[in-house]
Amino acid sequence: MQSAVSLSLSSPSPVARYGLVSSHNLTPGSRRFCGLRVEAFHSKSSWDSSSSRSNRLYVHSKHSDFSKVFAALKGNGAPSSSDFDYDLVIIGAGVGGHGAALHAVEKGLKTAIVEGDVVGGTCVNRGCVPSKALLAVSGRMRELQDEHHMKSFGLQVAALGYDRQAVADHANNLASKIRSNLTNSMKALGVDILTGFGTILGPQKLKFGKGDSGDTIITAKDIIIATGSVPFVPKGIEVDGKTVITSDHALKLESVPEWIAIVGSGYIGLEFSDVYTALGSEVTFIEALDQLMPGFDPEIGKLAQRVLINPRKIDFHTGVFASKITPAKNGKPVQIELIDAKTKEPKDTLEVDAALIATGRAPFTQGLGLENINVQTQRGFVPVDERMRVINADGKLVPHLFCIGDANGKMMLAHAASAQGISVVEQLSGNDHVLNHLSIPAACFTHPEISMVGLTEPQAREKAEKEGFEVSVVKTSFKANTKALAENEGEGLAKLIYRPDNGEILGVHIFGLHAADLIHEASNAIALGTRIQDIKLAVHAHPTLSEVLDELFKSAKVKISTSGQVVEPVPV
Amino acid sequence: MSYSHLLHTSFIPKAPPSLRCGSGGDANLTWTTLPIQSKIREIFMPALSSTMTEGKIVSWVKSEGDKLAKGESVVVVESDKADMDVESFYDGYLAAIIVDEGLSAAVGSTIALLAESEEEIALAQSQKSSSSAPVSAPAPAATEDPKVLDEIPSPQTTTSASVFSNAAVSSGALASAVHPASEGGKRVVASPYAKKLAKDFGVDLRGVIGSGPNGRVVAKDVEAKVAAAKVSSGGATAVPTEMAKPKGVELGSVVPFTTMQGAVSRNMVESLAVPTFRVGYTITTDALDALYKKIKSKGVTMSALLAKATALALVKHPVVNSSCRDGKSFTYNSHINIAVAVAIDGGLITPVLQDADKIDLYSLSRKWKELVDKARAKQLQPNEYSTGTFTLSNLGMFGVDRFDAILPPGTGAIMAVGASQPTLVGTKDGRIGLKNQMQVNVTADHRVIYGADLAAFLQTLAKIIEDPKDLTL
Repeated sequence: MQSAVSLSLSSPSPVARYGLVSSHNLTPGSRRFCGLRVEAFHSKSSWDSSSSRSNRLYVHSKHSDFSKVFAALKGNGAPSSSDFDYDLVIIGAGVGGHGAALHAVEKGLKTAIVEGDVVGGTCVNRGCVPSKALLAVSGRMRELQDEHHMKSFGLQVAALGYDRQAVADHANNLASKIRSNLTNSMKALGVDILTGFGTILGPQKLKFGKGDSGDTIITAKDIIIATGSVPFVPKGIEVDGKTVITSDHALKLESVPEWIAIVGSGYIGLEFSDVYTALGSEVTFIEALDQLMPGFDPEIGKLAQRVLINPRKIDFHTGVFASKITPAKNGKPVQIELIDAKTKEPKDTLEVDAALIATGRAPFTQGLGLENINVQTQRGFVPVDERMRVINADGKLVPHLFCIGDANGKMMLAHAASAQGISVVEQLSGNDHVLNHLSIPAACFTHPEISMVGLTEPQAREKAEKEGFEVSVVKTSFKANTKALAENEGEGLAKLIYRPDNGEILGVHIFGLHAADLIHEASNAIALGTRIQDIKLAVHAHPTLSEVLDELFKSAKVKISTSGQVVEPVPV
Repeated sequence: MSYSHLLHTSFIPKAPPSLRCGSGGDANLTWTTLPIQSKIREIFMPALSSTMTEGKIVSWVKSEGDKLAKGESVVVVESDKADMDVESFYDGYLAAIIVDEGLSAAVGSTIALLAESEEEIALAQSQKSSSSAPVSAPAPAATEDPKVLDEIPSPQTTTSASVFSNAAVSSGALASAVHPASEGGKRVVASPYAKKLAKDFGVDLRGVIGSGPNGRVVAKDVEAKVAAAKVSSGGATAVPTEMAKPKGVELGSVVPFTTMQGAVSRNMVESLAVPTFRVGYTITTDALDALYKKIKSKGVTMSALLAKATALALVKHPVVNSSCRDGKSFTYNSHINIAVAVAIDGGLITPVLQDADKIDLYSLSRKWKELVDKARAKQLQPNEYSTGTFTLSNLGMFGVDRFDAILPPGTGAIMAVGASQPTLVGTKDGRIGLKNQMQVNVTADHRVIYGADLAAFLQTLAKIIEDPKDLTL
């Protein structure tokens, strides 16, 4: 690599040229001199380069060894102004609060984080993390159970079984491990972890503690609300934690019911259907909308239904509400009353062994003391502007108060919360920053996985109509990918929605093996403003699944030619 | 109305029992007066690429009875490259699925029926239940349904053994299913997988006793039901005479003719007025078999091949294609229309392949399939069954090696086709070899067709079949 850089600098290569054109001169230490980087400097996005650089750094380092990354940085020192106890206090130590805290320390802010429960929040303790442990098990079970699949590999599997408690322990152990990693990473940097529920008392002032005994009042120059969310349970549904459960209970896997109804067919419901069917349960979906998997690109949803629902032991009722769910008792099964979603007429009654309520998540903002600063929640969500600044009941910005993550409801994803937190800290450090939510990828970890970034096709077409541009769609199949075929996993589709006039990527949707890992090439391209005509020249290792996206970009027809930066070969 | 075309019935009494059962005897003739409307449309296997000859049904997006809007996806078809959604060209209801998930069908073949209105769903389903799916799922009455006379004559062809019928499955404990959750049988509580299995196997869940919690029907209950049905239908195959008895037949009773039987009877007697004679010929079918094997995947059927060969031979022997109606003159028919006998519920019918000499083999095969489907749905138009100038009757698939047919009045000749069987033959160069041979036997009206005519015709036919390259032109 080093020799490549020096060679290219000493010759009139495009890299050297761009190094001069760009204000960021290439140093011999820089190893990123490909077209992607150059394009990033040229992008017309509203970000300034320093924010995009630091953002990138954090995205990369989030799940790596934190202590190493920050070893060279200064610790959590004194507040910059002696008027306050802290420069920044974050209420809630979930993934959002954690991301904000780490970035704040890097920026030299004295930071505290208030947590009333356990560090890690929903994602680590009751969400993404333990569910991935269960899905890792279900993926293997599913694969080993598929005799046809095994046979085509020439493998034979006999007497497949599982130990429920061991599976549950795996999920629990993973959560503990990630939780201690998070805690340690904050401790190592000197973030003060204040235990207790945080309540805002007034501008720049809050208290924390467990109830009335010894609340502590602290002041902070800025406050970030990052209190997250809890499972949403519609009225009429009685959760007993045993037979009528939410994802919080389900992740403990205390039982594997023979027949479980899952209310809601979004990410959470889908992932649990994957887990339960792999472990031998039969599943009935109850979906209020007319179609399963609302929110996914319709075409992807259709294909996913074909692969994830139809061949499995799953049936479904669409266009119905579960108006009443009674837990099992006195030898009677769980009773679910279904009413028509539109007419509200009673439609059916189900009797199942268990019901999982996966109807979404509700913000956890009660007891935050928002009334003390004249902020009214909207359906529980804290209203914010595009910079996550909290808006009060009069429509005015509340100074020094921000809200990130599920509590603001903009995009209820762990990594979105973290990105919002980093964006806020950037602003506090004097760099204006607006997060582009369209560049935030999302994934559903079924087998195979579903992932997406940007707009769905209907959304893109609507936008195109409004703004008067043309939209094109191209698709590639996993069936044509060598690596996917080698894995006997040819089922899948990648779909690119783009503007043929300028090559802008509007959305990418993937359904197939490791889709959740594949999406980042697309999401990074959107974040950096990379156009198709440029990214299609990037090289992918063969044979890899990433060639699915390679082929996708290459099959797009863009009316303008490439930007043309790597036209001459670079000697290596 | 003339039933002349029905008259080569020499095989009715000899027909295997399977040809006769399932018929109550009544209501046989309704089809002849049924107005034929094209409100039931066929959904064809589309050609998704230029190289595609057949497609596999990955899944049906819609189920039978679902409403379809024009442009909505109906089915997912796997081609050589990718899975594609196939959209409906019409509004209507998906009335009947003919090719089930996981099975393949040739491009252009019917994979489902689309009804225009809800009322027509039942009609279309009756059409389906009697149509010949390429690989039949347990369609209702699969055991009873006579196989279309449509296969390479082969003694091994038995259709019924492995398929169990709906009737067998649903009969039995229908009334005895009582479980607490069912509200007195009004509602069936069955687990998702049990429902799926029941749908796949065509089991009526109301007839399944649930062994799950609170009497719920679970997968193993459905499997048990299916297994029981298999045993009973397997047993029946072993003792076919028992299965053969139509329900409610009382031995020793006197049953008046149905209208169709009356017509057949009249025409049989009328046929005695025609002086007929018979000429047989043994034809080697190795080349034909090889050709069939090669183009079978393109949807070509043996019936179409034989019809085509016969038509090409008739071109050279127009007198065999002639007919004598009044005993004073005879007509050289201007078209070569090959009628092919098909056994249907309670009788038989002869759908006609018109201009079989001119139409190419692939179109002919498609046409044949369409006619058979219509025949089974009892929807043939008069001109589709009464315009034959030469008739083919094939009993080869039952292992029959030779038989003779009665000449349908109004036509000149009928050819009875036996099974093609491996036969030890001596060849002219003094060797002994194994060849597939079949016997054909032509019955003709001697008033117009003489022995030498038939002999020459059969020689031509044998040449065509033994060197069948012209058939595909």
